[in-house]
Amino acid sequence: MTENKVNKLSFLAFGKKERRLITEPINDNNPITVQILGVCSALAVTSMMWPSIVMSVAVLFVVAFSNFFTSLLRKYIPSQVRMIVQLVIIAFLVTVVELFLKAYSFPVWKQLSVFIGLIITNCIVMGRLEAYAMANTPWKSFLDGIGNSLGYGVILVVISFFREILGKGTLMAGSPLEVKLIGKSSEFLINTADTSWLSWYSNNNLMVLPVAAMFILAIIIWIQRSVNRKLINIS
Amino acid sequence: MLDFINTFIKAAFIENLVLSYFLGMCSFLAVSKSVKTATGLGLAVIFVQGITIPVNWLISEYLLVETGVFGIDLTFLRFILFIAVIASMVQLVEMVVEKVSPALYNSLGIFLPLITVNCAILGGSLFMISREYNFSQSVAFGLGGGMGWALAIIAIAAIREKLRYSNIPAPLQGLGIAFIITGLMGMAFMSLMGIDPAAFFTK
Repeated sequence: MTENKVNKLSFLAFGKKERRLITEPINDNNPITVQILGVCSALAVTSMMWPSIVMSVAVLFVVAFSNFFTSLLRKYIPSQVRMIVQLVIIAFLVTVVELFLKAYSFPVWKQLSVFIGLIITNCIVMGRLEAYAMANTPWKSFLDGIGNSLGYGVILVVISFFREILGKGTLMAGSPLEVKLIGKSSEFLINTADTSWLSWYSNNNLMVLPVAAMFILAIIIWIQRSVNRKLINIS
Repeated sequence: MLDFINTFIKAAFIENLVLSYFLGMCSFLAVSKSVKTATGLGLAVIFVQGITIPVNWLISEYLLVETGVFGIDLTFLRFILFIAVIASMVQLVEMVVEKVSPALYNSLGIFLPLITVNCAILGGSLFMISREYNFSQSVAFGLGGGMGWALAIIAIAAIREKLRYSNIPAPLQGLGIAFIITGLMGMAFMSLMGIDPAAFFTK
């Protein structure tokens, strides 16, 4: 009787293998820097930190659940039309996310504009469905989706951190945690003393443009591959 | 007519989908290793983009709005319908390419069906909506956007072919240097900002 219970719950197991599904995409198999998936949105939305965090959460929701549903249906999807079926699942989830953001976080929705819709064609979603969910159990696919979108989120947060602080002098602008760190002290939200040691800095407008994300991403890749030398010969 | 030319030039050069919005980066980076395959994919993108954007314009103008055929607001179906149009158009292109040029079909391989999930295609349709283009503008935007994408991928493929002979630090090789080049190309294209094509033609 008890054995039966354990077997029933074993599909929700969270052992070493499952933990690897989450940790591996954060460094060794990062979707952006190693698998080259989902680069478009990583470059376009990262001019500020708050929208890129919202974007990462939206991607997490979509990837995890589309992986889960596709994996549930994987034995019933004929292989000729699998792309259409997957796209319908993804488009449904993205529509849910878009309506949710539009209702509860309108300024961020406005800022992300077409990029929420573009989660449909975010290569991470499609890539993980094809590479993982079509061949694995629902629970594992769900974890794989979470791991990959965390790997994506880490890169987004790092890029947007540098772009926002160097381009605008603020951090998390637009969110409740907004702070202004560098630049002229008269623009500070929390009015600190005039003797701010970073007041000489004037904003670098290049950092606001998407071009800057290219260079920051290249530097991240350079550092990652110098540290983790087994990644060097990948594409 | 002036409107058409204006939108076309804007979409192809000034607001280039790859180099100023960074859409369609995945296949842009993955297929840009040789000029020949890059050209094939570029042509396919021009075709798909040039057809799907006007078709999607017709759909959103006549089917999805309250004043349309069904008389109810169906804008929440936008994503699903757009992606269905794109997927079927890509299927069509795939069949045509397979019949007309089997060699190109083989060299493009998996990347032909993957045009469906190329952000530039869906992004073009969504930009067309958010910028409220009319029909002739959307035709120009489709063709121009596709042309701009093809131009960018052919240019970077040519640069990457030459890069094979240069001495780049090992961790920066491949992906890293491709990002830096794309960034530099983006900066070069930024110099076209502020050009007003309409002013040129009215003089």
